[in-house]
Amino acid sequence: MPKDELKTSFKWIGTRPDRPDGLDKVTGRARYGADFSLPNMLHAAVVRSPHAHARIKKIDASKALALDGVKAVVTRADLPTGLSGEDLNLQDNTLAGDVALYDGHAVAAVAATSALLAKDAAKLIEVEYEVLPHVIDVDDAFRADAPVIRPGLADHSVPKGAPGNVTRYIEFGHGDVAAGFAEADLVREETYKTEATHQGYIEPHACVGQMGADGKGEMWVCTQGQWYVRRMCAAVLGTEASQLRVTPSEIGGGFGGKTTIFMEPLALALSRKAGGRPVKLVMSRSEVLRATGPTASASMDVKIGMKKDGRITAGTVSFRMQGGAFPGMSPIGEALPCAFACYDMPNVHHEAYEVLANRPKAAAYRAPGSPMAAFAVESLVDEMSRELGLDPIDVRLTNGAKEGTKSSYGPKFNQIGLVETLEAAKAHPNYAAPLGPNQGRGVASGFWFNHGGETSVSVAIGEDGTVQVSVGTPDIGGSRASIALMTAETFGIDYDDVRVNVVETGALGVNEPTHGSRATHSNGKAMYEAAGQAIRELCKRAAADWGIDAEAVEWADGAAQPAGPNAGKFPPMSLREIAGKMGSTGGPISGHHEITMGGVGASFGTHVVDVEVDPETGRTTILRYLVVQDAGRAIHPAYVEGQYQGGAAQGIGWALNESYIYGKDGRLQNTVFLDYRIPVASDLPMIDTVIVEVPNPGHPYGVRGVGETGITPPLPAIASAVAAATGVRLRELPMSPPKVLAAIKARG
Amino acid sequence: MSKIHVTTKVNGDDVEFLADPRESLLDCLRDKLDLTGAKEGCGTGDCGACSVSLDGTLVCSCLVLGVEAQGKTIETVEGMAQDGDLHPLQRKFIEHAALQCGFCTPGILVAAKNLLERNPDPTETEIRYWLAGNLCRCTGYDKIVRAVQDAAAEMRGAA
Repeated sequence: MPKDELKTSFKWIGTRPDRPDGLDKVTGRARYGADFSLPNMLHAAVVRSPHAHARIKKIDASKALALDGVKAVVTRADLPTGLSGEDLNLQDNTLAGDVALYDGHAVAAVAATSALLAKDAAKLIEVEYEVLPHVIDVDDAFRADAPVIRPGLADHSVPKGAPGNVTRYIEFGHGDVAAGFAEADLVREETYKTEATHQGYIEPHACVGQMGADGKGEMWVCTQGQWYVRRMCAAVLGTEASQLRVTPSEIGGGFGGKTTIFMEPLALALSRKAGGRPVKLVMSRSEVLRATGPTASASMDVKIGMKKDGRITAGTVSFRMQGGAFPGMSPIGEALPCAFACYDMPNVHHEAYEVLANRPKAAAYRAPGSPMAAFAVESLVDEMSRELGLDPIDVRLTNGAKEGTKSSYGPKFNQIGLVETLEAAKAHPNYAAPLGPNQGRGVASGFWFNHGGETSVSVAIGEDGTVQVSVGTPDIGGSRASIALMTAETFGIDYDDVRVNVVETGALGVNEPTHGSRATHSNGKAMYEAAGQAIRELCKRAAADWGIDAEAVEWADGAAQPAGPNAGKFPPMSLREIAGKMGSTGGPISGHHEITMGGVGASFGTHVVDVEVDPETGRTTILRYLVVQDAGRAIHPAYVEGQYQGGAAQGIGWALNESYIYGKDGRLQNTVFLDYRIPVASDLPMIDTVIVEVPNPGHPYGVRGVGETGITPPLPAIASAVAAATGVRLRELPMSPPKVLAAIKARG
Repeated sequence: MSKIHVTTKVNGDDVEFLADPRESLLDCLRDKLDLTGAKEGCGTGDCGACSVSLDGTLVCSCLVLGVEAQGKTIETVEGMAQDGDLHPLQRKFIEHAALQCGFCTPGILVAAKNLLERNPDPTETEIRYWLAGNLCRCTGYDKIVRAVQDAAAEMRGAA
């Protein structure tokens, strides 16, 4: 919608009311995945491969099945054959076929009358393995002499002569990079590396599944997307999607990791085999870390040419990323376009290789691919800015993408807010705070596309004039509050008179998950259109009552009103009044809208971080942290700030501490939170936020979506701050104390 | 394995259950007493989502056996609101948007209540270290710390 048609003053949007699910969540009443139970329910446990790569020679479940109370065992032999593409990937990950592909890969599952009995029974399932050579590290997997773990999976994009574990290749760019580098005063080329990290949601995956011999089933599950669960489970089990009804529980964090399935088909398969008794399956933390998520690991070459004044003349990236032992899982397709998205690049070239390794099937993690790409590119931009004696924000202002810029990945940007975030960061007191010894400041910007996607929403008017909104996107971080605010604004009624429900798959058409920062954005648009439909009907009912044309009635301040003096003189007819008699004036009033949402507004942010590095231990302490990000429009600013702060905290963990640590045997060594250490309260300072609002012209309320960009700048910003504090540049994450100390010592 | 009869007091109510000696207090609260407010995030005492008060001591209920509850007094998040009135911490968590997914919230509320019973005027650093055993992946802790500070001020009568 054109800029001048966007409303700028609101009654509800931009306020901070209590979230509608707040009371349930502070009293322990909110029901998450593992909190759901059914009568006559069985409990399941999963047998997992202890090897990184092994042929499964034999599975013997006879001892388990001999136990009283053990009701069913499933192996791959219980699943249909003939799947292909991502459906086959999902099935291969649900239960290993002939070969276990990573430490933790599910091999069998058992259902019994208690959780303890199911665990005992799982231990009695005997699996005979023939251990095969494995490869873990992305660079090792890329070597020509690496063991080829799954031959024959390379697609048509892979260049001839590429190493045997490469399954995908992407290349694109524009301009003349050779000419661009020739024009530069400074050309630098470096290699950067990031390790895999886990989304680290505190709620482990959990579900209750029930399915009869007729293929009809139900599932209660913690997920970001109930329709994805439905489609994927049906594909893996060879059943029909519409025969499976999936109800999402409250969700204890997802960050992308709950947009897919891991063990859900097992509950259904066990139920089907156990005569249709419901089966509960709850993962332990170590199962979560070994067999779900994580994100990809990456090895990245970057080359940039820069003039003395900071103008970038050319850039190239060459990335290698592994997303586990399954093709198509690495985010190379996202990492590349994100790499230089913050810059107006006259000459740019990107290429990336996807490489298989004996690791779990990667899942999306908050702006998938963007944090790694930013770590590489933003670190090098900072290195070069320092070398040329330039302010890092000024260099970004010199090159920053703005409205009309041809993006590094092709399309022109419409209104975007990168420059505004840079200016706000530069003006913030944190950017001028004095620094002491062993302290340093880092700056970085970040980008995420944002996503719209398939969205189906209903609004229904209650007899008392309240409004119920049905959405299909589980609420992870306050989306019911933001959707209720937009609904109240649209109808002109009170926030408390709106109830937003996240509904099951039987209640709406297909919805994509809560992913891509889309929940507030896409539902806001679909709700707006659905509400418009209901409002037109409300006006019609008022018009009939008044005996005038429906066109002569308009909706304002929560009531039908005669439109102009020629319509006649009638007092406004409120929503409550019309709703109270709708049964006798034509029946229920509702609205519905379905859309594959476009109108996406690109998201940019800039972070400023101050650190202190202890020269004796190499430990980095975050002293100050500032997130500036363009929200488009902040519907509920407190939850927008929450997204900024949460994204920054996850990025801080990725930068300083978190990584998957494997032994030489290919087994994951840090499978509990004590060893996979995410930031705790005492690791962090308050996280300052500035919400920039450059409205998205593609959305009725200007929303861009705010969930993901915040995790992108922390990796390079902290690396640059550590470099400023110590004089040494770390190009490999995490910047754990031993690594920082070693770098300081090597510096001398 | 034969089960053991346990009698205990939870949120002021006398309760009893049969526990397998291997079952944790968390399992017993959730599966036998239907008190699902305490959550299992790790099962190894690292995340604090299962925090409860056991005879006034803050514990991870996943590290306590159900049979150890015999004769003890347990308080969980379900017992924080009194006579329908939310505890100030519960109100302040909603008011400050100190939760996103809310999964860690019950454990953090129980832990913070235990802190304020010992120290009615904690510094930011004291709050951060007391809550260092309660993992939150959504918020970055900023709004949680502010909510605890604000609740403490109100409870001191300083707000």
